[in-house]
Amino acid sequence: MQYLMLIYGNEAAMAAASEAATNERQAAYMAYGKAMTDAGVLVGGQRLRPTSAATTVRTTNGKIQVLDGPYTDTKEQLGGYFLIEAPDLDVALSWAQRCPGAAQGVIEVRPIWSM
Amino acid sequence: MTDLGDVTDPAGIADVVARASYGKLLAFIAARTGDLAEAEDALSDAFAAALSDWPTHGVPDNPQAWLLTVARRKRVDRARRARTVAQSSPHLRLLAEERGTRTASKIPDDRLAMMFVCAHPAIDPTVRAPLMLQTVLGLDAATIASAFLSAPATMGQRLVRAKARIKLAAIPFRLPERADLPERLAAVLDAIYAAFSAGWTDPAGTDLVRRDLALEAIWLCRLIVSLLPDEPEALGLLALMLYAEARRTARRTAAGDYVPLDEQAVATWDAAMIDQAEAALLRASTLGTVGRYQLEAALQSAHVNRRQTGRSDWPAILRFYDALAAVTDSPVVALNRAVVLAETAGAAAGLAELDALADDARLATYQPYWAARAGLLARSDRIAEAREAYRRAIGLEADPAVRRFLAKRLNALE
Repeated sequence: MQYLMLIYGNEAAMAAASEAATNERQAAYMAYGKAMTDAGVLVGGQRLRPTSAATTVRTTNGKIQVLDGPYTDTKEQLGGYFLIEAPDLDVALSWAQRCPGAAQGVIEVRPIWSM
Repeated sequence: MTDLGDVTDPAGIADVVARASYGKLLAFIAARTGDLAEAEDALSDAFAAALSDWPTHGVPDNPQAWLLTVARRKRVDRARRARTVAQSSPHLRLLAEERGTRTASKIPDDRLAMMFVCAHPAIDPTVRAPLMLQTVLGLDAATIASAFLSAPATMGQRLVRAKARIKLAAIPFRLPERADLPERLAAVLDAIYAAFSAGWTDPAGTDLVRRDLALEAIWLCRLIVSLLPDEPEALGLLALMLYAEARRTARRTAAGDYVPLDEQAVATWDAAMIDQAEAALLRASTLGTVGRYQLEAALQSAHVNRRQTGRSDWPAILRFYDALAAVTDSPVVALNRAVVLAETAGAAAGLAELDALADDARLATYQPYWAARAGLLARSDRIAEAREAYRRAIGLEADPAVRRFLAKRLNALE
């Protein structure tokens, strides 16, 4: 079955990080992505632009409401995701704990609702 | 096979089989479908069928296999009604394995895997013990709710939610990897101890449900020990619970008055149970690693030393508390250590330790802290302060028998 790993982290801290730290993080994500590809678990994944680029839309009684900014204002923001194929939660969690983002923020693991 | 003993009537046999194999049958089905709630439904249908069928047609040669077959048929009926394709593949797997069990007449024991599912890190820690009691022992939500002092409807909902979570997130029914085993086993043992504690807090033994719960917890731990015989902490927990259970009735006089540990008559302790506890602890000590449960059991062992020598081994007890304090940051351990220190180094030394703990907010509303303080103040001839501390302890105690006991101590101080 498939699990979505939502990667939350502190955008401000990441933006303020030194070039060396940023390079190290990127290298860690490259290696992590390759490890998941080699293991055949990676279905897809992307990094997101910061929440300053986010726009929120909702319709209330047919009226469209568009707001700039993310849906929730939290200390840590959604910064990217991976979609993986894993036989059970333990395997999914073993990949989540290896994600570089787990050391700096938090990974939410959600099973995909398969139809 | 189930040991049927002297039971001959079909309803009685159904009962014995249910008692002995409910958890095993449930684990067998759920481990292959990942769906505890559905497995429970199917199994309860099967037991109902047994109660109506066996008195007429006699008890089958292999009651467990019979129940599994009927449970499968019930699952097929339900699946047909639901018409979900997703269910068909685990069903076929179950069917294949079940055929195997009928010929071999031996059902694989997946209860341990089921216990690891119940105490999985993805399951809310407070629902782990209730979930284990329901799935392994087949206790109903109302019984569990009463033992954990929660509303039956609330407990029912929490159990339903946990089972849905296991199914939807696909928490696997298998033993953890070797590297994860100590931590995962600790969660299982904690849940068992939580069940035991819920049963233990009924000192008068008037609440049958809760009294039985302590015995059920011991049974679960014995099961763990039989399936993982070389885990020292499982043996340590078993020993700890047996020591405590051996002193269950000694905690009250016939009139229902509270008897503190140091005033309990040794003859009121269950000697056979203490012997079992000593044997389990001894075996644990040969297996290399020391943990919290072994240390707590060792403490109990030093207390029951009184059986032979007439007095508790206070220096040994102090050493165990030192070791325990090093592995937990529990204020209760620090409190008990201070009380023991008063026995080996005098009331003033104990009081100094208690003073050092006075800022811990967790102890400010903890009755034993104030009772211990009162006792040591009285021994130091600080009577007015002792009386004040006893009053505070009484105000924090919920059990009337303990309140009476504390009031007697208070009144003795003039």
